[in-house]
Parts: sequence; C-alpha cells; structure tokens
Amino acid sequence: MSERARIRTALGRVRGPGPAHSGTGHFWHQRVTSVAGIPLTIAFIAIVIGLLGRSHATVVQVLGSPLVAVTMLLFIVNVAYHMWIGMQEIILDYVHDDLLKLVSLMANTFYVCVAGLAAVYAILKLSFGV
Amino acid sequence: MADLEAGMRAQRPLSPHLQIYTPMLTMMMSVVHRITGAALYFGMVLLAWWLLAAAAGPNAYGTFEWFIGSVIGQFILFGYTWALLHHMLGGIRHLIWDTLHGLEPSEREMLALATLVGSIVLTVVVWGIGYLAMGGPR
Repeated sequence: MSERARIRTALGRVRGPGPAHSGTGHFWHQRVTSVAGIPLTIAFIAIVIGLLGRSHATVVQVLGSPLVAVTMLLFIVNVAYHMWIGMQEIILDYVHDDLLKLVSLMANTFYVCVAGLAAVYAILKLSFGV
Repeated sequence: MADLEAGMRAQRPLSPHLQIYTPMLTMMMSVVHRITGAALYFGMVLLAWWLLAAAAGPNAYGTFEWFIGSVIGQFILFGYTWALLHHMLGGIRHLIWDTLHGLEPSEREMLALATLVGSIVLTVVVWGIGYLAMGGPR
C-alpha cells in the first residue's frame, strides 16, 4: 500500500466516486438517452402511423429503406440502454435480498440484450435482405 | 433517555414510503412515470415481434397483424401509445427540473397536470391521425 493510500481516512476513501469506484455515469447516461429519445420517439410514432394497415411488402420496403432503418436502429439502441438503466434502478430500489437482486440484475441485462438484438437483427435483415 | 429513544424509534417510520404520504398529483405522476417506464420495458417484446414478423415473411406478419388488430391487441397498443407519450412528457418535465426550473409549488402542479392532460390529448391525436392514415371513415 502506498504512503498516500495508507494515510487516507475512511471519509477520504468514500469521497468522490466512493467505494463503488464510479460516479454519476448512469444518471448522466439516462439524461442523454432521454434527450435523444424525444425526437426518436416522435419519429418512431410517425413511422408506425405511416405503416398502419400497409401490406407486408410495403412494410418490408419502408423499414428497410436507409433513412427509416437508421432511425429505427437509433430508436431501438437508445431505448434499450435507457430501459436497462431504468429497470436496474427499479430493481435496486425494491429488491433487497442479495441473491434475488443479483438474479434480477442479470435477468434485466439478458432481457434487454435479447429484445434489443432481436429488433436490431430484424431491421438489418430488412435492410440487407436475404 | 434510552427508553424514550427506543419508544420514539419504534413509532417513527424509518423509510417513509408511498403509504405514509397523502396522495398528491406530483407524487402520482412520479409513480406513473415509473410504471409507464416499466410497462414500456415489457412493451419492447411487442416492437421486437412486429419487426421480426416483418423480417420473417408474410405469414408471420399476418399473425402479428391478426393479434394487434384484435380487441386485446388494440387495447395493448392504445395503452402502449399512452404510456410512451406519458413517459416522454414526464421525461421532458424531469429535464426541465434538471435545469432547476419549474420547481415552485404552483409550477410543479402545473407541470404534473400538463403531463397528464398532454399525454391523454396526444394519445387521442395520434390515434386520430392513425385512424385517418388507415383510410378514416369508410
């Protein structure tokens, strides 16, 4: 242990990022994704309205067109990260049992990865065909 | 002194939660913001299903269209629309508060009410536009 670390008091150690070794990263990322989410959500609703009742062929063509596909990808990835942070916050607020908390946090990550990747894959397939 | 402290400690709620407080609009909108967020979290399944169905082919897309066109599907989609818009407006409200604006009592109430009324109005507007996009009254 270095001299500098050894003379630090308990208070000094928890100041700044503290024992978690990270600060307000999630708080800030939740703000960034919420700001990005406003125009993306409006665009998403517009895309859905535009595709209401359309034939499968039309839906495939529109969702696979570059502008719509990129917008949808941004929406999906942004939402996935935003909701991952959000659900983690809910879990940390209400689940107090250590094991259940651990399982819940993992399940949150798994669910977001599966749902997010499935949606992203669909858009990519619609874009690149095959 | 020790007995007094123990007695007071027993009566005092250590972590006052929802049931301790009188329901207020700002509080309810905070609760609804979290509930809509959680609902949208699971609503991602619906979005993924729609996109995967479109990518899979006409048959899979037909199945999705049948579900979303059913009474339950329409009910879920309407709720999804409202939850999405309410969560978006609630988020904007939080972003305003993050700049330390709109925190006076009257402003807080106004923003909470605007979130609720705005989300309902916008949901009706979006469905109205959707109805017209589908061809409107025939």
